[in-house]
Amino acid sequence: MLTIGNKTFNSRLLLGTGKYPSFDVQKEAVQVSGSEILTFAVRRMNIFEPSQPNFLEQLDLSKYTLLPNTAGAKTAEEAVRIAKLAKASGLCDMIKVEIIGCDQSLLPDPVETLRATKMLLDEGFIVLPYTSDDVVLARRLCEMGVHAIMPGASPIGSGRGILNPLNLSFIIEQSTVPVIIDAGIGSPKDAAYAMELGADAVLLNTAVSEAGDPIKMALAMKLAIEAGRLGYEAGRMSERDYAVASSPAEGLVTI
Amino acid sequence: MKRTIELNGNRYDMPAEVGNVQELLGHLELAERIVIVEMNRDILAKDAYDLPINDRDQIEIIHFVGGG
Repeated sequence: MLTIGNKTFNSRLLLGTGKYPSFDVQKEAVQVSGSEILTFAVRRMNIFEPSQPNFLEQLDLSKYTLLPNTAGAKTAEEAVRIAKLAKASGLCDMIKVEIIGCDQSLLPDPVETLRATKMLLDEGFIVLPYTSDDVVLARRLCEMGVHAIMPGASPIGSGRGILNPLNLSFIIEQSTVPVIIDAGIGSPKDAAYAMELGADAVLLNTAVSEAGDPIKMALAMKLAIEAGRLGYEAGRMSERDYAVASSPAEGLVTI
Repeated sequence: MKRTIELNGNRYDMPAEVGNVQELLGHLELAERIVIVEMNRDILAKDAYDLPINDRDQIEIIHFVGGG
């Protein structure tokens, strides 16, 4: 079970809702993924085309927890404004703090992320900051009282997988709250690896939405995350330098 | 009296029959949609949708879109 704030979840896969080829594909991908937490962005509506379909409005909201993000914010104040707008919908009290500090790499701005996190915690939000894989920053966020930390595996949408497993394991080891590996996951291998490192969950979007078959990939990610978690809980064998035969050396049949 | 507001960043001439926020949402066919309304940078609670809209008010209608 994954516990964030006062809510518990069976699924350890958090799914983003951007860039799917169609709503039908997206709906089925969400369903087969088993995800219970879906991320959304908050945007000004194109009110002169109100009939355009909206994915959120097609969901059975009793089945999902919404995790709006503050994407688009470059400062703590902008992030807080977006968070308050999202909360005013009455649909959610969680917020993913996402404050981009570099337009090319889309890496988070650590200073603004810390500031926004503090402000949002003071306002009573359930706060999940998206951070880099900086170990000290993650500790600072933990100490502030965040409800989960979400270090990136590699840049958003890059699909490059886990670039710094050592840092991520340090973050996981020291964290007192769930660690959700967010951003950069490209394939089921990456998701399983994150879970084997001991992550509590994985958040991904592009790896599913840009897959050749997003529905099949959604299932693949679900299974990879379950397998990785089971492997972590089971405790893997130690590595050694030389081979050790699996078959007994006694009772050899000689012809 | 003619009222011109700023609606989602655009100039918008208020139809005479629209008096408050709820009526504006109805006029824009958004009454049943999941939206959040900001008026002059203040977020409006649903029970404040009966606030009258005045000339030069700034209104933002926000919603959730796909994102990661």
